[in-house]
Amino acid sequence: MSMTMHVNIVSAEEEIFAGTVEQVHAPAVMGEVGIYPRHTQMLTRLKPGEVRIIREGGEEEFYFISGGILEVQPHVVTVLADTALRAKDVDEEAALEAKRRAEESIREGSNSDEFDVAKAELQLAEAVAMLRTVDHLRKKLKGSRV
Amino acid sequence: MAIGKEIRTQIKSVQNTQKITSAMEMVAASKMRKAQERMAATRPYAENISRVIGHLAKAHPEYKHPFMLHREVKRVGIIVVSTDRGLCGGLNTNLFKAATVAMKEWMESDLEIDICVVGQKGVGFFKRHGGKVVAQKTHMGDSPKIEDLLGSIKVMNDAFINGEIDQLQLLNNKFINTMTQKPTLQQLLPLVEGADDGEDLGYRWDYIYEPDAKEVLDETLMRYVESLVYQGVVENIACEQSARMVAMKAATDNAGDLIDDLELVYNKARQGAITQELSEIVAGAAAV
Repeated sequence: MSMTMHVNIVSAEEEIFAGTVEQVHAPAVMGEVGIYPRHTQMLTRLKPGEVRIIREGGEEEFYFISGGILEVQPHVVTVLADTALRAKDVDEEAALEAKRRAEESIREGSNSDEFDVAKAELQLAEAVAMLRTVDHLRKKLKGSRV
Repeated sequence: MAIGKEIRTQIKSVQNTQKITSAMEMVAASKMRKAQERMAATRPYAENISRVIGHLAKAHPEYKHPFMLHREVKRVGIIVVSTDRGLCGGLNTNLFKAATVAMKEWMESDLEIDICVVGQKGVGFFKRHGGKVVAQKTHMGDSPKIEDLLGSIKVMNDAFINGEIDQLQLLNNKFINTMTQKPTLQQLLPLVEGADDGEDLGYRWDYIYEPDAKEVLDETLMRYVESLVYQGVVENIACEQSARMVAMKAATDNAGDLIDDLELVYNKARQGAITQELSEIVAGAAAV
């Protein structure tokens, strides 16, 4: 019996591949790695590139990934693929943008740093009461109609 | 006949409203199906990455990542996932209620709170009631990309690493079924020990890390938090669409009831008018 292992290739937005294979080749940051069954545990980052798998029977398949993480357990290999190219400075920029927007909307409103529990509770109670009233009215209407 | 003019206009206006609500119901129903599919599609990644994290917890890395260390909690960060648009019944109200309950508890035990808001409704809520909003993200549409969220998540992650917050929580609606959505609070950081999947090897082992433990762990744990938040957002969208569908169905039904009632009143008035006219004619003829 030829030795096989299970491979999962997933991205945050979808499952890309799951199945039994004989070999996996992945573009690790330190150079391409080839994984056979019973490889020792390994965790590495992946560069953008091609993941090549050889299925049972020798059929080859290729998947392009834009980077990610490769986890190897003796009989399970997991590729956590990124959905897009990730660069540190791009992330940084996005973080600044999120902060800036928050600050902007604070400046717009008469916002204080302290969360006003009493006020929030009052308004929520009102909203809940309104929803409940709608529900009651509905039931009453249903009841009065035969 | 001038008698039913007002009622007729009213019926017309209710009918127009009904047309809108029933169209919205259909739109929400088709969007809901897509949102549910998308929610299912995110699951494999979440399962796989949490398995990796579970392995990590069992391995014995020489390097302990800050995400795994529990500190004394002085300041809590919370990510509140709300919707961009309204007309979805009590969905946001229930979520904000859960947020208020949690925040009240924290404030009573003298914890400070940093808030990260996703969705326009949440922004409005905290604008009205105060609260230290440190990051926000709105208008992501029906099929959000994980990239859209990275900025806000990074703000919170950085705050945790720099010691500005000692705990990070995620609040979003859990999709139970089309009729039921439940606001759920989940701790993101420090990482909660994952469920044991029972394949403990019984000896000490550790990964081979490439390039080194710190870099790989940093990235893996970051991705883990990102995927949890992303999943929360996608799930919240499925909740939003199903809540909207249910709310719009109720509105359409109500409009139908209202039209029936109004038509009854209108017909009564019309018949009354005819009867009156007839009796006037008959009385007139008799008088001649």
